[in-house]
Amino acid sequence: MTAATALDLAGATLREVNSTLQAADGGSFRVVNPQGAHALACGLDAPVSVHVDGPVGYYCAGMNQHATVHVDGNAGTGLAENVMSGTVTVTGNAGQSAGATGHGGLVVVHGNASARCGISMKGVDIVVGGDVGHMSAFMAQAGNLVVLGDAGADLGDSIYEARLFVRGSVASLGADCVEKEVRPEHLEFLAARLADAGLDADPADFRRYGSARRLYNFHPDDVDAEVAR
Amino acid sequence: MTGDWNLRWSHTFSPDVLAEIRRAANTGVYSIRGFGAKRAVPNFDDLVFLGASMSRYPLEGYREACGTDVVLGARHASEPVHLDIPITIAGMSFGSLSANAKEALGRGASAAGTSTTTGDGGMTDEERGHSTKLVVQYLPSRYGMNPDDLRRADAIEVVVGQGAKPGGGGMLMGQKISERVAAMRTLPEGIDQRSACRHPDWTGPDDMEIKIQELREITGWRVPIYVKVGAARPYYDTALAVKAGADVVVVDGMQGGTAATQDVFIEHVGIPTLAAVPEAVRALKELDMHRTVQLVVAGGIRTGADVAKALALGADAVSIGTAALVAIGDNDPDLDDEYRALGSAAGAWDQYQAGNDPAGITTQDPELASRLDPVLAGRRLANYLKVLTLEAQTLARACGKSHVHNLEPQDMAALTVEAAAMAGVPLAGTSWVPGRDA
Repeated sequence: MTAATALDLAGATLREVNSTLQAADGGSFRVVNPQGAHALACGLDAPVSVHVDGPVGYYCAGMNQHATVHVDGNAGTGLAENVMSGTVTVTGNAGQSAGATGHGGLVVVHGNASARCGISMKGVDIVVGGDVGHMSAFMAQAGNLVVLGDAGADLGDSIYEARLFVRGSVASLGADCVEKEVRPEHLEFLAARLADAGLDADPADFRRYGSARRLYNFHPDDVDAEVAR
Repeated sequence: MTGDWNLRWSHTFSPDVLAEIRRAANTGVYSIRGFGAKRAVPNFDDLVFLGASMSRYPLEGYREACGTDVVLGARHASEPVHLDIPITIAGMSFGSLSANAKEALGRGASAAGTSTTTGDGGMTDEERGHSTKLVVQYLPSRYGMNPDDLRRADAIEVVVGQGAKPGGGGMLMGQKISERVAAMRTLPEGIDQRSACRHPDWTGPDDMEIKIQELREITGWRVPIYVKVGAARPYYDTALAVKAGADVVVVDGMQGGTAATQDVFIEHVGIPTLAAVPEAVRALKELDMHRTVQLVVAGGIRTGADVAKALALGADAVSIGTAALVAIGDNDPDLDDEYRALGSAAGAWDQYQAGNDPAGITTQDPELASRLDPVLAGRRLANYLKVLTLEAQTLARACGKSHVHNLEPQDMAALTVEAAAMAGVPLAGTSWVPGRDA
């Protein structure tokens, strides 16, 4: 097995580290001394493996394509925002808007994720080992949010076609978000994604939430037409 | 209405106000339309150029050079945008516009040596292919957003607000959410799309600074980052955009158009373009960033005079949207019968959201869209841009300027007290600028 290439943010600039990662078409890298750097390992576009030793700031692994990014620590706002593919894992907690607008791939947070987790998600799968904050999955369009802990207030407000699975309690559901039946295909999906995420839970313990589809269109009254009838 | 003098009509409850009350009572839904603000507001017509005189020496029209080129985004980007003319095409989405219309805008802009801009819905291959310089918008919805399109764009415009609706999100009615549009936006086909008004992963200018850093890292610090704001608090918004690291600030006044927004938003939120420009320039000058961070002004730009006046107030370039659509055939009098069949008239039609545009511009109906010849429409836009440029040059030469950017507020006077106060130029025939010490 080839040893990972070490990149030290104590000595190199963010641009130098990101340039190296973005230029690679494969291989493994180990980033040390991240010191909460913002926009670390963003814009990757190849099947590289990046292990970050320590906490990262905003937008780590933003717009990731194909790469596997593993953060040993906590992550700030916008973890893996607009992720397209690949896998992004954080062993600690994630700040607001984790996985925001993500189109594909898998985002795993072993700890808690703050508010707006999965906001406007467009196909990404997000698995959170702990709790998610308020307004998570706001305007979520597609993909799956799996929460092993509890969900904060207004889960799935104005949701479109995304699926939300929560094992714990839900403080409240947002506008047009309703509980839905858990069918066998959902249990199968949960088992597979939990395994991918390396998190242990019984799929049967989850409840599913999704769109009632009542906000999809304006519903004008038409008093004049009724009078005419 | 005015023929019968026995009838006393209310100014407060005018016929159009009464009609809207009845429409609201009948439907329970607010009025949605396209176009921009239709009410009269102080605008560039309220300013005039003074031309040459004993103290100013004019340049010879047609013989002496008057430059029009502009470079946008050299503050941080390694590949700033070089334009031949200081007039760009504003962001308008595929979805709100047909693919043919987007192609026509790209063709016309490219022929004129300027840029065009995507919109809330992502970049199409047709648009990229026909646009020599293409700015990709980065909007709250992030519809169709992906790193490949960011990298193939010539600039990124982070949209914080829009002149027609500062503080409001986008709308696209179900008639225009076709299979292709729905797929690009990851939405169910046929829904009435109401997109977010706030970005999903930042709050405020400190966060935006980090977001801009991320966009630069993803694109290798190659392309400029614009920040677009609706004209509401232009002094503060411009200063904060500069602080956040913007290369270019785009200020869009309340006359700016839209594809679909609540009428109450279009007419009652934001300030006129004329009032916004001097405030944005003041912020840039106080930060010693004027001409380092470029200012692009949009919202109701129609003529070369508007262009020249915006530049004279300190803008580096302008952006046009509604005027570009008119140039390619929107509201064409030749289609008056068809507009009237839709309950409107050529020149008044503003139902861009309805998707039944006889001109084939604001529609996703394949049959209607096919009516617009993108090659011919592109030529019309190129011609129009050429005229705007020639007009601006004519005015600049008359003021003795060898480049349109050499125009200055001292070349102008105001025709109204309001315009004098907003633009910060003297009321014509006086040396009085309201609000300033004599």
